[in-house]
Amino acid sequence: MTSLVWLTILLPLCGAIANGIIAFRKPEARGPVTAIGVGVMLASFAIAVMVFQELAAGSGEAVKVLLWQWMPVTERLTINLALQVDRLSVVLLLVVTGVGSLIHLFSAGYMHSDKGYARYFAYLNLFVAFMLILILGASLPVSFIGWEGVGLCSYLLIGFWYDVDANADAGKKAFLANRIGDFGVLIAMFLIWWHVGTLDYAGIAERAPAALPYAGGVATAIALFLFLGCTGKSAQIPLFTWLPDAMAGPTPVSALIHAATMVTAGVFLVVRTGVLFALAPVALEVVALTGALTAFFAATIGLRQYDIKKVLAYSTVSQLGYMFLGVGTGAFSAGIFHLVTHAFFKALLFLGAGSVIHAMHHAQHHGHSHGDPQDMRNMGGLRKAMPWTFLLMLLATLAIAGVPPLSGFFSKDEILTAAFVRGETNGIYRISWLLGLAAALMTAFYMARLLAMTFLGRFRGGSEVEPHLHEAPAIMTGPLAVLGVLSVVGGALNLPSFVGGSHKLEHWLEPVTEPATRLMDALVLPHGSTELMLVGGAVAIALIGLALGLRVTMRGPIAVPAMAPAETGIWRLLHGKYFIDELYGRLFVGPTVWFSRTVLWKGFDQFLVDRLGVGGTARVAQGLGWLGSRLQNGQVALYVTLFAVGVVIILRTLAG
Amino acid sequence: MLLGPSLALSAVLFALGMLGVLVRRNAIVVFMCVELMLNAVNLALVALSQLHGPSGQLMVFFVMTVAAAEAAVGLAIILAIFRHVQSVDLKQFNLLKG
Repeated sequence: MTSLVWLTILLPLCGAIANGIIAFRKPEARGPVTAIGVGVMLASFAIAVMVFQELAAGSGEAVKVLLWQWMPVTERLTINLALQVDRLSVVLLLVVTGVGSLIHLFSAGYMHSDKGYARYFAYLNLFVAFMLILILGASLPVSFIGWEGVGLCSYLLIGFWYDVDANADAGKKAFLANRIGDFGVLIAMFLIWWHVGTLDYAGIAERAPAALPYAGGVATAIALFLFLGCTGKSAQIPLFTWLPDAMAGPTPVSALIHAATMVTAGVFLVVRTGVLFALAPVALEVVALTGALTAFFAATIGLRQYDIKKVLAYSTVSQLGYMFLGVGTGAFSAGIFHLVTHAFFKALLFLGAGSVIHAMHHAQHHGHSHGDPQDMRNMGGLRKAMPWTFLLMLLATLAIAGVPPLSGFFSKDEILTAAFVRGETNGIYRISWLLGLAAALMTAFYMARLLAMTFLGRFRGGSEVEPHLHEAPAIMTGPLAVLGVLSVVGGALNLPSFVGGSHKLEHWLEPVTEPATRLMDALVLPHGSTELMLVGGAVAIALIGLALGLRVTMRGPIAVPAMAPAETGIWRLLHGKYFIDELYGRLFVGPTVWFSRTVLWKGFDQFLVDRLGVGGTARVAQGLGWLGSRLQNGQVALYVTLFAVGVVIILRTLAG
Repeated sequence: MLLGPSLALSAVLFALGMLGVLVRRNAIVVFMCVELMLNAVNLALVALSQLHGPSGQLMVFFVMTVAAAEAAVGLAIILAIFRHVQSVDLKQFNLLKG
């Protein structure tokens, strides 16, 4: 079955093509679209499970599936289109196809009345195909196809409702931010090829330690360029600004692409090329600190957002920061662990939010209200109308906040413990750890705030809207329930020893992470009182954050958007997202636009090319023509004179 | 026999004809000057046949034939132009001005 792993890619790809054709020919045919769109995902998931079982039965050896020779450039460089099934890729394979299937199912309900239904599923299937290429690729170039492809699908789906300018702009922004990161990946690939001589992941892991001096400039440069790519794809400082805007897409897209799968590709890439990062301790510190800073700052912004999806978007950025903090400490398995649990609870949160938005939109439509269906100030008290969604969102909130024994608690705790251990000898990790702790507190706070504003208290969206609120259909709550179960029990993947677990995921991933961890100082996790203190602290922080969030939010009445007072002081700063967008606008976008407009457009194109080049040539020809036309004055006398002069000159020449 | 004076006369006639073509504005006069130039050439050809045999004299017949034809066509053109612009002044003939 492992040799047929390419089917998991081919099926969604065929689904995308079929749905694409339907989208052109018969866009109203929802039945076949659902059958194809969801069917290929379920089939893909089934194959993934079989591949997983086969791999689990083995000893952990990576299996390479060579499809064909792609670019036989020289004898030294032959790029094959090969897939690699190992313990890392199979974990992500299961997550992507599993969570992907659930989100496809949810979408069938959520998007049911959208006129772009077929187009939506075509894009979504295409995304899954590219995502699987990305994680299954056996070498950087193959993964890069997927890397670019998911970026494309992300762009297409963010701008799915392209008739609204803001959505199209958000898509463009995401694409451009990703391009900056992709540039880093390309440079890194060139450097790896130049210095290591291969682009295969296996080859890199094997040869890099000998080819690159430890902590040398080359290794650091490669790792940092790769990480630049990760900051673009995974929305880290400084390229994180696109992700919150990406919420312009349909909510299931936010769940699948901008929470569970694509944005975690950066974390995956760091783990995949872990050897290169292990060779560059400085780069690892950069990764950890960037992750921690992102986790912290994104969490602070999340404290003061009112759009339910924006809160979740900043939460995603923040949680991705955690993952990078994890891999930055060298605890690769902790990063992957958090990636998996985050995929569960964040997909659940987004789908829950989607369910809420769906209900709000529907109710506002029937209640003839024009409020923003995503603004939490218009919500409140939804638990009565949507008990299932509330219950599942509550579970996800507890999971992300890190309340034991839910999944988020274990994964987050592991990352923070790793950062703590590294921090004992290295100041940068100590700072990162503190930032991580602070972010954990804020995570609990803003999630409690989200829950309270949405589901608790009284409904603020108007009495004519309220009676139309109702729970989502089963096709939407079903996937939510599955994700809810996964969010609760996901921690079982990697139970730590203090609850009697055996770090299953960590051992499972060992064959993949071993070449990298061998190069680093061993991460000796604390036991006994230190461990208990850390765990106790984490639990306390989560509970305090939740309690504070509830208390602060429920303290007084919440004003609807139209009545809300202007934000002041620090709240203005947080609500305005630190005005990073404005800063980037001034620093990069403005000058680029200015340069493009005045120098490139007006200066180069309009003046140099158009006026001097094209216009100039025309003018020269015109001038010469004018000179020539002066000779043609219609006077025979002049012609004769010229003729005579000519004859004289010719005769003179012949005679001379 | 009289080669030098004959050629000199021919040159003078040719130069006069040329001058007339260049400076006169009346189309008829210019036309006559062209004829004068042709005949100057004829004279030179006849005179030079003393040195080179009768081929020069033979050539003169051709020139005369062409001159006759040219006179017919040329006068017809001048007449046509005159009908058009009511003038034989060359300055008025500037329809082909570039």
